[in-house]
Amino acid sequence: MEKKIADFKVGDTIKVHFKYFEGNTEKHGSFEGVVLAIRGKNESKTFTVRKISYGVGVERIFPLYSPLITKIEIKKRAKVRRAKLYYLRERKSLKLKKERVVSKEELEKEAKKEASGVKSEEVKKES
Amino acid sequence: MMGLLGKKIKMTQLFDEKGRVIPCTIVKLGPCYVVQKKVKEKDNYCAIQLGFEKVKKGNKPMTGHFKKANLPVLRYLKEFRVDNPDGFELGAEIKIKDVFKEGDLVDVTGWTKGRGFAGGMKRWGWKGGPASHGSQSHRRIGSLGSGTDPGRPWKGRTLPGHYGCEKVTIKNLKILKIDEENNLAYISGAIPGYSNSLVIVKKAKR
Repeated sequence: MEKKIADFKVGDTIKVHFKYFEGNTEKHGSFEGVVLAIRGKNESKTFTVRKISYGVGVERIFPLYSPLITKIEIKKRAKVRRAKLYYLRERKSLKLKKERVVSKEELEKEAKKEASGVKSEEVKKES
Repeated sequence: MMGLLGKKIKMTQLFDEKGRVIPCTIVKLGPCYVVQKKVKEKDNYCAIQLGFEKVKKGNKPMTGHFKKANLPVLRYLKEFRVDNPDGFELGAEIKIKDVFKEGDLVDVTGWTKGRGFAGGMKRWGWKGGPASHGSQSHRRIGSLGSGTDPGRPWKGRTLPGHYGCEKVTIKNLKILKIDEENNLAYISGAIPGYSNSLVIVKKAKR
C-alpha cells in the first residue's frame, strides 16, 4: 500500500480530488467537507466526508487507497473529542468549536517534521 | 487439465481499472512437486501425484515413498489426471505460472468451517418462529409434515445435525493477480475454510 495521501484527522475540513468514469470517458471532480469518520483497517480503510450543499447535508464515503483519488487537500484543522463525529448530522452547520484554517507552509512543515521523525527512529533502531 | 494445491492465507481487496473494489482471497499456491506418476500400463489410468508443503519430519513409510522422487516428505498429496504423464519429471517443481496465468477462471475446492451440531435455522435457513408476543418457539422446527396422509415425514426432511467440515467447490473464480516471488495468487471472491487450510485450485471446467 503506497501512502500518497495527506495525513488528515477526523474533524478536518478537506478537499478530495478524484477521477470518475462516465461511460468510458474519464472526468475529474472534487468534494469538500468535514471528515466525519475514518474506519476500517489496512487496505479496506475508508473515510466519510460531509458537506452542506444548498442547505442539504451530503455525505460521501471514499476508500482511502482508491486509485481514483488524485489528491487530498487539508483546508482546516479542528480539535475534536470524538473519533466519530456523527453528532454533526443533527446540526445545520458543520462549524466546529476549535477550528482553524491551515496554510500550505504549515502543512509542509508538518510533513517535514514527520519525515525527520521517521528518520531519527530509524537511526535509533540501527544503533 | 491440471491444478495445484495451496493454502488459504486471508481475504483482502483489490481495485480494478475503474477504481471499483473487488473482494478477493490470497492463496499460497504451490510450489508443488511431482511425487509419483501413474501410467496406463501399470495403473490403468494416467495421472501425476503432486505434493505440497514440507513437513519437519515424516514417518518411515512416507519417507520411502518420497525418496523415489528424491524429495523431502510433503504434507499433502493429491493426484491430477493428465493425458500424458511422460511430460513431467519425477521430483520436478511446479509453480503457479506453469499452470495458471492472470485472468484465468478456476474452480477452488476447500473444506468448510465446522459448526458442530447446528440447529435448523443455521443449517438449512429455516425462518424460525416469532421473536416476541409470548411465542416460545424462537428457533424451533415447527411442523415436520402433513397428518394422517402420508403419516410419516417425507424423505429429505431438513433437521438439525452436524454442519460444516464439508468438501465444497466454488466454480469460476477469477485469478486477479499473481505474485510469483511469494507464490501468491489473488483469487476473486470467498473460498471455503479457515486461514491456513488446504485448498485445491483447478482450471475451471466451464
